[in-house]
Amino acid sequence: MKYIDEFRQPDLAKQLATSIAQAVEPQRHYRLMEFCGGHTHAIFRYGLQDLIPANVEFIHGPGCPVCVLPTNRIDNAIELVEKYDVILCTYADLMRVPASERNSLLKAKANGGDIRMIYSSQEALKIARQNPERQVVFFAIGFETTTPPTAVILQQAQTEQLNNFSVFCNHVLTPAAMQALLDAPEPIVVDGFLGPSHVSTIIGTQPYQRFAEQYQKPIVIAGFEPLDVMQSTLMLIRQLNASQHQVENQYSRAVTEQGNRKAQALMAATFELRASFEWRGLGEIANSALKLKAEFAEFDAEQRFSLSTQATKEVKGCECPAILRGAKKPQDCKLLGTVCTPDNPMGSCMVSSEGACAAYWSYGRLRR
Amino acid sequence: MCLALPAQIIAIDTETNMATASVNQVKVEVSLALVDDVVLGDYVLVHVGFALQKIDDQEALATLALFAEAGLTATA
Repeated sequence: MKYIDEFRQPDLAKQLATSIAQAVEPQRHYRLMEFCGGHTHAIFRYGLQDLIPANVEFIHGPGCPVCVLPTNRIDNAIELVEKYDVILCTYADLMRVPASERNSLLKAKANGGDIRMIYSSQEALKIARQNPERQVVFFAIGFETTTPPTAVILQQAQTEQLNNFSVFCNHVLTPAAMQALLDAPEPIVVDGFLGPSHVSTIIGTQPYQRFAEQYQKPIVIAGFEPLDVMQSTLMLIRQLNASQHQVENQYSRAVTEQGNRKAQALMAATFELRASFEWRGLGEIANSALKLKAEFAEFDAEQRFSLSTQATKEVKGCECPAILRGAKKPQDCKLLGTVCTPDNPMGSCMVSSEGACAAYWSYGRLRR
Repeated sequence: MCLALPAQIIAIDTETNMATASVNQVKVEVSLALVDDVVLGDYVLVHVGFALQKIDDQEALATLALFAEAGLTATA
């Protein structure tokens, strides 16, 4: 497959591994945070940790929207189905995320709830058109990658006056999460960042500049293929060796400095900042999420339905929150692989195809 | 969630701003609402049914050349 196979060539991986081995200073410890779950999975799936020296450590970041969504938002989605009898349209990733009381969307569906798994946000509109007598809610989650497609369908719904359609908005912002990690009371100890691939296709490289300058951390925007991750690792090591802290763009085939202006304009026309939003692991973060603008209020599920606001309860022993902060690793969790497996997840990090625990369970557990 | 696949545009419906794209020979319907100036044969990154960005072939080739260069300097 073009633009995939070339970036997975084993012989080039070996060459890059040699370059990395030559570049690292043996007495130094390199702590590199891969912000995105997509990178975490590439690292585990292709065994990249085994190709690079032991003093280069990958710290898994919070860039997994399913993982950082707090339990009470899943509870709200179930409430929409069970209390208000809506048709809930959701991306499949959310189906098995644990809600309170051992519930999940999958269980709510098994109990008769009308929950539809969709691939594209446009399918939610189609379902709303086909069911004019029912309320149809789109459970919108994701970082900046997934937000523009939600903006497009909101604009369409407004044009069509699709009055039985609304959006339960949970879109979150990457720079805000990065800021929260760096400003945490116990800041994570990280020397540099592998920056997001597809979030950056939308927002560009420019928003990372202030982190590089203010916190003096190098950031390399990295593609999701294994050779991309290796080359970005090499670029970070070279910057750290030279005491530099710049934003570099390894994923230049899809990311530009300014990003996708059209998508940014659509987002700006449809959404505005929330004063605060709760993130699993990171807590409440100011200005870290989006809500629908007043012009779209009639399509806002949170205004159309009265949703409960109970606090999130975490499963006892689940280390998801600390793992999402980069403070712990999946193997530090006592539940991993015992009671918590992809078939029976206790925490969101085991559910998502981008979660660190799922990556560790699928590819890394025999490594130790 | 943020995964996106490279797909080649094989048909465009200008009326609906939708395209048919080929992902490894599998045809998918893709909205062009987020991109401008896409023409037949272009490769785009597809995410939840939307083209997010065109893939720049020159940049892809340059990146591949850098991989090879890394190896050369390593073995030199």
